[in-house]
Amino acid sequence: MLGFLKRPIVLTTDINVNVVVLTGVGLLSRLWRLTYPRAVVFDEVYYGQYISFYMKRVFFLDDSGPPFGHMLLALGGYLGGFDGNFVWNRIGAEYSSNVPVWSLRLLPALAGAFSVPMAYQIVSELHFSHCAAMGAALLMLIENALITQSRLMLLESVLIFFNLLAVLSFLKFSNCQKHSPFCLSWWFWLALTGVSCSCAVGIKYMGVFTYLLVLSVAAVHAWHLIGDRTLSNVCVFCHLLARAVALLVVPAVLYVLFFYVHLILLYRSGPHDQIMSSAFQASLEGGLSRITQGQPLEVAFGSQVTLKNVFGKPLPCWLHSHQNTYPMIYENGRGSSHQQQVTCYPFKDVNNWWIIKDPGRHQLVVSSPPRPVRHGDVVQLVHGMTTRFLNTHDVAAPLTPHSQEVSCYVDYNISMPAQNLWRLEIVNRESDTDVWKTILSEVRFVHVNTSAILKLSGAHLPDWGFRQLEVVGEKLPRGYHGSTAWNVEEHRYGQSQEQKERELELHSPTQVDFSRNLSFMARFSELQWRMLTLRSDDSEHKYSSTPLEWVTLDTNIAYWLHPRSSAQIHLLGNVVIWASGGLATAVYTLLFLWYLLRRRRQICDLPEDAWQRWVLAGAVCAGGWAVNYLPFFLMEKTLFLYHYLPALSFQILLLPVVLQHVNDHLCRSQLQRNLLSALVVAWCSSACHVSNALRPLTYGDKELSPDELKALRWKNSWDILIRKH
Amino acid sequence: MPPATGGGLTGSELRARRGRCGPQTARPASRDVAAEAAAPSPKRSAVSSQRLEAAGRWALLALVTLLSFATRFHRLEEPRHICWDETHFGKMGSYYINRTFFFDVHPPLGKMLIGLAGYLSGYDGTFLFQKPGDKYEHHSYMGMRGFCAFLGSWLIPFAYLTVLDLSKSLPAALLTAALLTFDTGCLTLSQYILLDPILMFFIMAAMLSMVKYNSCADRPFSAPWWFWLTLTGISLAGALGVKFVGLFIILQVGLNTISDLWHLLGDLSLSLVTVGKHLTARILCLIVLPLALYMATFAIHFMVLNKSGPGDGFFSSAFQSRLSGNNLHNASVPEHLAYGSVITVKNFRMAIGYLHSHRHLYPEGIGARQQQVTTYLHKDYNNLWIIKKHNTNSDPLDPSFPVEFVRHGDIIRLEHKETSRNLHSHYHEAPLTRKHYQVTGYGINGTGDSNDFWRIEVVNRKFGNRIKVLRSRIRFIHLVTGCVLGSSGKVLPRWGWEQLEVTCTPYLKETLNSIWNVEDHINPKLPNISLDVLQPSFPEILLESHMVMIRGNNGLKPKDNEFTSKPWHWPINYQGLRFSGINDTDFRVYLLGNPVVWWLNLLSIALYLLSGSVLAIAMQRGAQLPAEVEGLSQVLLRGGGQVLLGWMLHYFPFFLMGRILYFHHYFPAMLFSSMLTGILWDTLLRLCAWSVASSRLARSIHVVGVLSLLLGTAYSFYLFHPLAYGMVGPLAQDPQSPMAGLRWLESWDF
Repeated sequence: MLGFLKRPIVLTTDINVNVVVLTGVGLLSRLWRLTYPRAVVFDEVYYGQYISFYMKRVFFLDDSGPPFGHMLLALGGYLGGFDGNFVWNRIGAEYSSNVPVWSLRLLPALAGAFSVPMAYQIVSELHFSHCAAMGAALLMLIENALITQSRLMLLESVLIFFNLLAVLSFLKFSNCQKHSPFCLSWWFWLALTGVSCSCAVGIKYMGVFTYLLVLSVAAVHAWHLIGDRTLSNVCVFCHLLARAVALLVVPAVLYVLFFYVHLILLYRSGPHDQIMSSAFQASLEGGLSRITQGQPLEVAFGSQVTLKNVFGKPLPCWLHSHQNTYPMIYENGRGSSHQQQVTCYPFKDVNNWWIIKDPGRHQLVVSSPPRPVRHGDVVQLVHGMTTRFLNTHDVAAPLTPHSQEVSCYVDYNISMPAQNLWRLEIVNRESDTDVWKTILSEVRFVHVNTSAILKLSGAHLPDWGFRQLEVVGEKLPRGYHGSTAWNVEEHRYGQSQEQKERELELHSPTQVDFSRNLSFMARFSELQWRMLTLRSDDSEHKYSSTPLEWVTLDTNIAYWLHPRSSAQIHLLGNVVIWASGGLATAVYTLLFLWYLLRRRRQICDLPEDAWQRWVLAGAVCAGGWAVNYLPFFLMEKTLFLYHYLPALSFQILLLPVVLQHVNDHLCRSQLQRNLLSALVVAWCSSACHVSNALRPLTYGDKELSPDELKALRWKNSWDILIRKH
Repeated sequence: MPPATGGGLTGSELRARRGRCGPQTARPASRDVAAEAAAPSPKRSAVSSQRLEAAGRWALLALVTLLSFATRFHRLEEPRHICWDETHFGKMGSYYINRTFFFDVHPPLGKMLIGLAGYLSGYDGTFLFQKPGDKYEHHSYMGMRGFCAFLGSWLIPFAYLTVLDLSKSLPAALLTAALLTFDTGCLTLSQYILLDPILMFFIMAAMLSMVKYNSCADRPFSAPWWFWLTLTGISLAGALGVKFVGLFIILQVGLNTISDLWHLLGDLSLSLVTVGKHLTARILCLIVLPLALYMATFAIHFMVLNKSGPGDGFFSSAFQSRLSGNNLHNASVPEHLAYGSVITVKNFRMAIGYLHSHRHLYPEGIGARQQQVTTYLHKDYNNLWIIKKHNTNSDPLDPSFPVEFVRHGDIIRLEHKETSRNLHSHYHEAPLTRKHYQVTGYGINGTGDSNDFWRIEVVNRKFGNRIKVLRSRIRFIHLVTGCVLGSSGKVLPRWGWEQLEVTCTPYLKETLNSIWNVEDHINPKLPNISLDVLQPSFPEILLESHMVMIRGNNGLKPKDNEFTSKPWHWPINYQGLRFSGINDTDFRVYLLGNPVVWWLNLLSIALYLLSGSVLAIAMQRGAQLPAEVEGLSQVLLRGGGQVLLGWMLHYFPFFLMGRILYFHHYFPAMLFSSMLTGILWDTLLRLCAWSVASSRLARSIHVVGVLSLLLGTAYSFYLFHPLAYGMVGPLAQDPQSPMAGLRWLESWDF
């Protein structure tokens, strides 16, 4: 107990000066003149608007990735005291003085800087030499594309940081496993693996690839653990449980937590509200909730409602009608019923109001006490302003001839009988006696006579229909689809008997206070679902490229051009590193296959421990490259060169590994080794030289003459901007 | 069924254990040894009982086959009208009989076989196959349906034999056969003129022959080994030749072959030369042979279809010149483009069409109010353009001038022949693709401004080369703005007559949208040469037809506001497909799996994963299993594993597909899933029986279990058979309906 009295307290620290120096140089290369250029550079325009939304606490929806990355950038803005007042609309726009450029760009720059010592650590954790580790760090340091990407307010460098951190902590963990499982550092590195994996996934969905890689390496290790018969069953179980918790449960919980914080932060309604369901919108401050706050919950006979389509594509819209009728004859010669048009209208309008009427009674007001409408009830829908009944009949719809036309029934000069009875089906009911609820219930209207279902077809009507959206009766519903479901958005109990009074009432806002909140999980799942299914169709960009062009660096991206001079910033890689990285991957693959086939014939070229190291290094580095690169061939979205950077960072780790392997195992004589070393030195210095030559395009700090720029255009496909005068 | 089952069970007790897996051959099941020891019967009786057993096996196989044929051919002629996709595939069969060219997204073998069956059975190709519900009247359609049903019937014996080989257990094989025979979905899908029975026939044939050659592995290079290996290759070619889905079974055979070779390589008793021989044999039979056969089907396809037909427009000009009746066939035109020629310009991308203009202006508010330029798929006078020099307006057709050829890199003007306006572009945004520039017709009688100048470039050629009609891939680069003429492929609204938008794109990326070729070429001063010399070679048309097919497949995108079938719907039998009839007065056929079979399959997959991982972990932990359990778990892990792999390969890729999907895409996977069910339940019941010590009880557990599964499926088939054989009368929600009470899910609409 009192040992410290007898012996002195000794603190021994081990400082690896290499790591310190690497960190220092990394910081220098990434932080030097960070606020230059003081203008919006490329995708900063994209992330910037979300930072502003965070500062103003306004809800937004971005399908490019989960919110953690945006929140990190916003944290920079918060610490720098950014008020969110900047119009992010143009690349190259000068930042106003209220934008804390330094603190906004700080976090990505730090992440980029720390990747350098981390590369060192990873290679040494793979049990390769100190020299190889230094090589990896050096390459990471001088890679121009990584420098450019981390000096700006972009997310790739943060993603790379967490990818590498996940790999590093996993390696540390599995090295701990060998000598002292369940010790403190074992737990620490295991937990850190899970946390950094979920951070990577939280920044961009791409992080999933590295996560899966780590998971599968962990699974292989676990499988060996199961086969280890020296361990007791209980011990194996504890091992598996610890891994499952740290690598599966913790990341999942953290991921949800990101969304939790995101939704807590963004509580105000904003420009992306319309994409979300009514219930979600009502949970935001301002916007829809201002209108719906006081509404009665249960829809009753006599209720006045607006009906929003649940699917809401191509546009969110409300069931609508107006006095104009369908044209007698369409342009293609087909006839219509010439009845009043029913459409779906994407704007709020008094013509969006409908009254729910009981077919058995004549009154259009809510009786007291109100009689709620339930699942399975037959109702009539009366258009508020024209008092006509929603009707459908066996006439082909204007643009979707396989479906029935939906109209508001006009009862004069007409030979067709009214068919205006609709049976109400609550889609998300819990029991068959559920009451129709405002906002929360998704309902379908099934036509009683023809069993057609009221549906938004998605087509725009021509000029006679004022380009509003077509509504039809779907005769052959093949299962549930959002376009056939509707929900009540605005709602009030109708009080006025007379048409004139009612019109006044329709124009007035709704009252009665009644607050209602959506649970977090419901909001989370809706938001996540919308993010995954949102499709942006603008598929072409001047600087978009294909995965094949990345490996050979046949493409670049012009990020920024000085408004007056020719100083410019490009995303452009170090050609030497990219080429040798590709080469190293090919060499690794061939050597690996060669060794594998030979081992199968019981010819062991490598000692067992060297083979194990070689396999693990390949799984982490070559595997990391493959999982971060190959999936892009299957993706249909617009791709850019920066999507390749995570894969590149793994390739950089592979390079020194392969070189050291060649040196240790393939060079048979001292002469060959010396030769190799000379080659490596030459190659390294050429990489440094290239890096230095491209430096003006990386930092954009130096004006170049047109001739110098032309001289830098090493490939015809590079797009370097030369001013014409 | 019951007597057959009994025979099966006795037979199974003496099942032979073949195969090269060491543990299996080394350790025969303990009970077999016990049985032999306990019955010291004379040798003769053993021989006769073996013979009896062999006869029993054959009889059982015959019974299974017979039952399968009986169910598939029962009421095959009903309904006497076109059902569902018969309208496509019947029509395509007719095209082969009439030899008219058409385009389809699937490779040709399946439709060729349908055509052949129709031809042999006396169908003359005159029926129009217009839409589902059309009556066949006097046309002979039974030959084609019979052919599909014939192939569909073989699925069950194939599955039976595959399972028998994998599990060495008759009850498992019988169970599989029963599941498939009594599945209404498989039955329905086999009864019509569709590609699916043909596809599934080849998939199952490949699976069976692969399993067979695996079990011949102890006698490599013997006659049966070669036979099954070759048969695998042939079936693979067949599967891929019917639909691209055949790739999945190729993948499975490939994986199996790799693991096979891996084992051979690790066997140090084999010399490297022997391993090399193995490798060569597999390359020959599983790569070279299928590829050759696959290409042969295409060669026949192109040979048979030599008349112009509805598919012409999808293909390039050079391709069309092969088809008799097409205006490019045997046409003769001047070979090199010259100034003054009248030409049509076709976009290189499929289904974009010819550069077109007409006397209508872009409407107010959409760019400059000048004449529209579009692309148009049909041949028309408004597709004609005159190619002129940019700086002179003299008539190059004046006989006093010498002929001057257009060369790569020349600056030209394109004048629209009918309206005498020049192809023009400027810094206005295009009507639909806002980031591109608008293209218009401008000028009067050929006089315009410098925005009418285009540089003509041949892709991948040097400057100064002449430009070949049909062959050269050319681009038009606008001189002033530097943009490239292209078509976005988007449909213009009504004002543009729903033709396709033409733009000038500032992005110089080379895409097919901005590459054109000259198709018609009229120049009286130049000699016409026959286009026969320009006909594309077979590899070229093969490549082109694949590009067109792939693009066609990618083009089948689901619409936003429609209900679409999702892959997760399929295994749970969420919703079927209406083959025929909607209303209560119609004769209705509804493609839906027998829910009992399908849900049993679903349960089996879950049970398999559970029991498989328990066994695998136990073995990895080094648990000492009794010999009997060890044998059974080998069957479960190896045999079951192969089938499970088949199921996964035929199911999971659909989650990644962007094209529109249908319920019937699941059926190949469902075959594998049923085989898994057969193996799993037989093995589980045996394990159960083993764990109960008393041998009589043990046997009865197994017998009762298998019997009840067989009878259960048979009964469910009795309940659901109207789905496949057709039903009339009220819909199922009506209590009067014969199907009342059977609509177990609300999403089934029969």
